[in-house]
Amino acid sequence: MNDTYTLGPLQAGPPCCDPEPLIRVENLSLHYGTKPALEGVSLDIYKGCITALIGPSGCGKTSFLSVLNRLTDMIPGCRVSGNVHFDNRDLRNPALDVQGLRRDIGMIFQKPVPFPLSIRRNIELPLREHGMSKQADLNEVIQRVLLDVGLWDEVKDRLESSAQALSGGQQQRLCIARALALKPKVLLMDEPCSALDPISSGVVEDLIQRLRGKYTVVIVTHNLAQARRIANYAGFFWVKERAGCLIEFGQCKQIFEAPAHDLTAAYVNGSRG
Amino acid sequence: MSKNELTTVLIWLMAVLVSGVFIWLLADIIIHGLSKLSWSFFVESPQNVGRSGGIGPIIVSTLLILLVAIVTAAPLGLATAVLLSEFTRHDSVFGRFVRRSLDVLAGVPSIVFGLFGNAFFCIYLGLGFSILSGGLTLACMVLPILIRTAEEGLQATPNDYRLATAALGMSRSSALFHLLLPAATPAIAAGLLLGIGRAGAETAALIFTSGYVDRMPDSLFDSGRALSVHIYDLSMNVAGGDASAYSSALVLIILLLIINSIAMGLAKHWLHRSIVTV
Repeated sequence: MNDTYTLGPLQAGPPCCDPEPLIRVENLSLHYGTKPALEGVSLDIYKGCITALIGPSGCGKTSFLSVLNRLTDMIPGCRVSGNVHFDNRDLRNPALDVQGLRRDIGMIFQKPVPFPLSIRRNIELPLREHGMSKQADLNEVIQRVLLDVGLWDEVKDRLESSAQALSGGQQQRLCIARALALKPKVLLMDEPCSALDPISSGVVEDLIQRLRGKYTVVIVTHNLAQARRIANYAGFFWVKERAGCLIEFGQCKQIFEAPAHDLTAAYVNGSRG
Repeated sequence: MSKNELTTVLIWLMAVLVSGVFIWLLADIIIHGLSKLSWSFFVESPQNVGRSGGIGPIIVSTLLILLVAIVTAAPLGLATAVLLSEFTRHDSVFGRFVRRSLDVLAGVPSIVFGLFGNAFFCIYLGLGFSILSGGLTLACMVLPILIRTAEEGLQATPNDYRLATAALGMSRSSALFHLLLPAATPAIAAGLLLGIGRAGAETAALIFTSGYVDRMPDSLFDSGRALSVHIYDLSMNVAGGDASAYSSALVLIILLLIINSIAMGLAKHWLHRSIVTV
């Protein structure tokens, strides 16, 4: 991690003043068929804070995210055990209103997924699905979320043109705008910057900073410097006995500056992983 | 000559050979068929068992048979493709069984479809030798092609769309109608065109089902002679019918070209309208 020195002094995001758990995960395990992917993960996600999940590839960070919005339902052979609660809702309940849940817990993928539609239709489509049909309301939301992600000035004159013609960074911001349009409480981000060039990555990172306080963000990132810059809390995942597990969870500053576990220290200092 | 040059020459030779056969065929039909083409040929009834006169009623019968086949097969085929690709797991016993059956059906000779159509539609359902029986038989025949191409088109759409729509709390059906089907339009249109092509060229299956009465049909329950049957009859059973057979073949080719472009246009318009490509 030599670039930690070239980027200037790093400051971990401040701890949130009053940590109030919004999502509680207890003893979560996840298997794909017979292959374990996560074993015994317990942690709280605090409201209004940015929680970064770090660790090497294949240690179950993405699987962890997809438990939180039940995208695991779409993976054949995926079994989840343990307790996960969000806002008094039991996320493991088979009768849960999954569409409603996914409206409250949005997700941003590593690779931006703009639909092959116009920029306007990209944001409109999920809104219409959730019952908003008046064009005036729709236009208002579209303008608000595009302003929120700093895309409005760049695209306001070409809302009817294809979203797939946007640059990678713009596409990712459009995807974030599309998720924000549904007024979620939580945003899950799976390496949202890793497919972007450094400048776009910086723009998206600034955007994530601005979400703090208004939204609860859980971000998976391989960029330790980024985690350190933006996160309030950090969780370090590692592969143990071929299953991913949570080694350490705590305030970001503590994880990076005074890790309790040797593995964490080795990983954040760049000597392991 | 090096190995590389030899390969290049061979590949070019093959390409020239294949397109050469096609051009020869087309030129032969145009040269021999063009002389008889006139407005009256398109509208008049055949006379002297087709040696003279036109092919008006035959064009009408052909179009009706194709219409019945497409109107029946297209929605059924699309629905099955959606079921196979979106609502059953790819490795499920049901999905594998349906796919295997379709592949077998696609390879069944058309004469077998003709006999089945005759037994089931003409006799068992009591539709007799009629345009309806012929169209329904053709529908059975083109269903496998239609389903398999549409299914492959749906499966070729990025899985990211399914995950992203689900993550936005959208139902599978709206993902299907707003994104997946429009994105699969080119494949669906291709399947439809292959189906129409196969149906339009079909002779064996129609002799047993729609019959070969060359009068103008009054309704779908009348027997009607398809163009392909007419061509077969003229060239095989009618001495001196070759000129009319050539002209009818030319008309059939033109007809299929027109139908194909209409089908392509409609499919684009209906399904592709919401998609904005770069």
